[in-house]
Amino acid sequence: MLSKLLSKQVLNQGLRLTTRTLSTASQQKLVDRKPDVKYQKLFINNEFVDSLGGSTFEVLNPATGDVITEVADASEKDIDRAVKAAKDAFRLGSEWRRMDPAGRGVLLNRLADLIERDRAYLAALETLNNGKPFKDSYNIDIPHCISVLRYYAGWPDKMNGKVLPVAGDFFSYTRREPVGVVGQIIPWNFPMILLCWKIGPSVATGCTSIIKLDEHTPLTGLYTAKLIEEAGFPPGVINIVSGDGPHCGASLVKHPDVHKIAFTGSTQVGKIIGVECAKQVKRATLELGGKSPNIVFADCDLDLAVEMSHFALFFNQGQCCCAGSRTYVDEKIYDEFVQRSIERTKRRKVGDPFDDSTEQGPQISHEQMDKILDLIESGRRNGAKLLTGGERHGDKGFFVQPTLFADVQDNHRIAREEIFGPVMQILKFKSIEEVVERANDSEYGLAASVFTKDLDKAIVVSNALRAGSVWVNTYDNFDPVAPFGGFKHSGLGREKSEYSLDSYSETKCVTMKISERNS
Amino acid sequence: MSSTDSNPPKLDIKYTQIFINNDWHKAVKGKTFPVINPSTGEEICQVEEATRADVDKAVEAARKAFDVESPWRKLEPAARGNLMRKFAQLLRRDIDYLSKLETLNNGKPVGNSEGDIYSAANCIDYYAGWTDKIVGETIPGAHDQVIFTRHEPIGVCGQIIPWNFPIAMMAWKLGPALACGNVIILKPAEQTPLTALYCASLIKEAGFPPGVVNIIPGDGPECGHAIAAHEHIDKVAFTGSVEVGKKVQEAAAKSNLKRVSLELGGKSPLIICEDADIDYAAEVAHMALFFNAAQTCTAASRTYVHAKIYDKFIAKSIELAQQRIVGDPFDSNTVQGPQINESQFDKILGYIESGKKDGAKLECGGERAGSKGYFIKPTIFSDVKDDMQIAREEIFGPIMSVLKFDSYDDVIKRANDSTFGLAAGVITNDLTRSMMFAQRLQAGTVWVNTYHSVSNQAPFGGFKQSGHGRELGKYGLESYYEVKTVVVKLV
Repeated sequence: MLSKLLSKQVLNQGLRLTTRTLSTASQQKLVDRKPDVKYQKLFINNEFVDSLGGSTFEVLNPATGDVITEVADASEKDIDRAVKAAKDAFRLGSEWRRMDPAGRGVLLNRLADLIERDRAYLAALETLNNGKPFKDSYNIDIPHCISVLRYYAGWPDKMNGKVLPVAGDFFSYTRREPVGVVGQIIPWNFPMILLCWKIGPSVATGCTSIIKLDEHTPLTGLYTAKLIEEAGFPPGVINIVSGDGPHCGASLVKHPDVHKIAFTGSTQVGKIIGVECAKQVKRATLELGGKSPNIVFADCDLDLAVEMSHFALFFNQGQCCCAGSRTYVDEKIYDEFVQRSIERTKRRKVGDPFDDSTEQGPQISHEQMDKILDLIESGRRNGAKLLTGGERHGDKGFFVQPTLFADVQDNHRIAREEIFGPVMQILKFKSIEEVVERANDSEYGLAASVFTKDLDKAIVVSNALRAGSVWVNTYDNFDPVAPFGGFKHSGLGREKSEYSLDSYSETKCVTMKISERNS
Repeated sequence: MSSTDSNPPKLDIKYTQIFINNDWHKAVKGKTFPVINPSTGEEICQVEEATRADVDKAVEAARKAFDVESPWRKLEPAARGNLMRKFAQLLRRDIDYLSKLETLNNGKPVGNSEGDIYSAANCIDYYAGWTDKIVGETIPGAHDQVIFTRHEPIGVCGQIIPWNFPIAMMAWKLGPALACGNVIILKPAEQTPLTALYCASLIKEAGFPPGVVNIIPGDGPECGHAIAAHEHIDKVAFTGSVEVGKKVQEAAAKSNLKRVSLELGGKSPLIICEDADIDYAAEVAHMALFFNAAQTCTAASRTYVHAKIYDKFIAKSIELAQQRIVGDPFDSNTVQGPQINESQFDKILGYIESGKKDGAKLECGGERAGSKGYFIKPTIFSDVKDDMQIAREEIFGPIMSVLKFDSYDDVIKRANDSTFGLAAGVITNDLTRSMMFAQRLQAGTVWVNTYHSVSNQAPFGGFKQSGHGRELGKYGLESYYEVKTVVVKLV
């Protein structure tokens, strides 16, 4: 009972909902397990078009492994025409370039309105394609999209430059201009959310974009494309394509008319993209992987720490770049913490994502599932203690049992490599200095968390952790106003918040000679 | 052509009481006051007259709504923004009724009322976008300290607005105050309370918690003073005359040193250089003075014209003034409605007399238009000298005063020779000259090759006795939050 309440509290705390969560009964009414797929083509210049070669690829339902539909597969030539559309929409004198800044905000608010109107349908489609529980799509993902777009809608007429106190007879000021045509590549774990994290700053700053959806999860993005047209965005401002990484994504990254790339995905691919961008001095922002440490001190609120630590790892089937995948627990409370975590993990309900009682759906693909099972094997081999789970769940779809390892050592593969699955690692520590050093001993640096009631400890440890987001007594707080991004190999640049606008802007400094300058 | 005989539509006046705690109240003292239609001089209706006792009630409601545990204080910033956007949506929804009500009460042409309402809705939307973007700072200090600032709402804000742009002035006040999380007691001008009271119903409909916005119709000396002098109001914002602005600041200081921001009058110069396109310059100058029946704080009421183009400019300006259609603001041909009331009307006619007496040349107009209501013909005086009354005092009526100059250094000095400093304009294509004017003119807004161009994102306010503090833009927020510095020592 307490844990069910905590779960809701955890979700509320974690993602700071501003919309009502639904009761079970009303959720059931909304759920359409077989939502119609309406859009399967590439969206270029506000039109849906077949790929030039006519090729398509299959989109699967990860809960069953069955094919949902086929979707257009963008080739290099399709990328070419999408880039051309975005470039045209960005030319000097275009409707987009001449629009009043506030007008861009009106369009973002309208898109938010339309997503709100179609919330139930989009949530069902997201669950069908991605496998995340419907109650998460409906109560977390889609409302978050709406609040992100509304947040960015407020920015276009507020991005001031500066008038500079220069020496000499000059009038000097900065303009913040859009960086230009932007290529944006998003992954499959939060298709709608990451789509909106990309649309927001691009539109707010006045850029035009080509967004490449992940080949596993193109369906909600293509539906949103229709809403973009309905909202009234001029043609070519936002173009949305579906296609793979090695051909489609690569040609977008390499395209000489694209001024900036924003990529969210694995560190491995992020490095390849970084290298390609460097060849053309292309601006790049990267949101990559993580192996985020979650540090639980003896003076924490233990109920809260157990529940949040569970959520920090298992949320979204463990498929979060910032998953708390190294749980360091103070030796003084270690046994108690492990025991409670076993109970909580065993209670985690795996099943049909459209079932209201389900907490965990399938992993995204067979490949991911195999990778996770392989890492679980490595945990066993390395000598970590497997306390529950460890196997595939069922024989249809790509489900993995919620899995818990304790007595994990820092050098185990499961403690160093990103698993991206429902596998929790608990490690023991003695002192602050020791755990901070171990937490920072990683190439990654995306997030971290601290559980303690002590003010001093909270501040000192937060200051010491080398991570872009540090959560204290909470986890996965994604308020649009707060920046998110990685230290080290977890990425470059920040998303959300005012900080995100910089990577979509170029600063121009204008200096005019005048006859006499006065202060 | 349009006649000054006004035929106002029959409008249902729904709200004539005092709006406190999302409820309508009769005045404690039981008195009402008449609201006049300036197009006819006739009474529209009676409105409850708030006095000190009603202000006390409003303060109690506002203080409660500002309590740290209250729904308003606990509301997430983005949710505040959503309420504001809902209010803006309702303004646009009811624009047909509201614009007619604004015109009935204020006399401005209906098309202008519509423009004002769109502006007001856009202003609220603009500030709705700020609610979740007001940030404090973390500050690098000693290694064993954490230092940060919070930008907190000030608290109960008294806002006193004028009659020249009733709805727009209300939006300029509500926007930044709500964006920063304050609670409000707003007193509309006693001449024009009707649209503010209707907007109160929209604020309630939008879903603002009770006590967050309270609207108190009443006069200046009793009701306005009660606000400025109240011990439990934390800030007062006033837009109006310099004379009353000084009283507001004095009352604020004497009582509880409440924070004060003032938007006062002006005698703004518009300087037309020798390289100006005369037709364009005359159009700008015409609009710069006569817009809103010249009832704007920024009216370009000193038009300095270079000697080389003076005669041509005068000829063109007379043409434009004589073409200006004065009449029934409900007639779509009308460009200029009546002045706001008898007192203003008499004062303006007095200035016309003074201009004549001082020896300025009356080129056109110079008298009443029609026989009902408070209409005045567009008037131009030329050969005006800097020391004439019409060149020094704020008239707030349709009298253009044209002065001649031939030296740019000299005209800047003359332009700055005023206790006012609200706005200024210059018309020239010369890059260097325009930059020099922009630097040297002592005014809160300098317009180059345009006039009256106001946008929600650019700050607006006065130098010198034209006021202090800025409205609009990010700067507009600064008057509505208190900075708290927090220092945490690490053990």
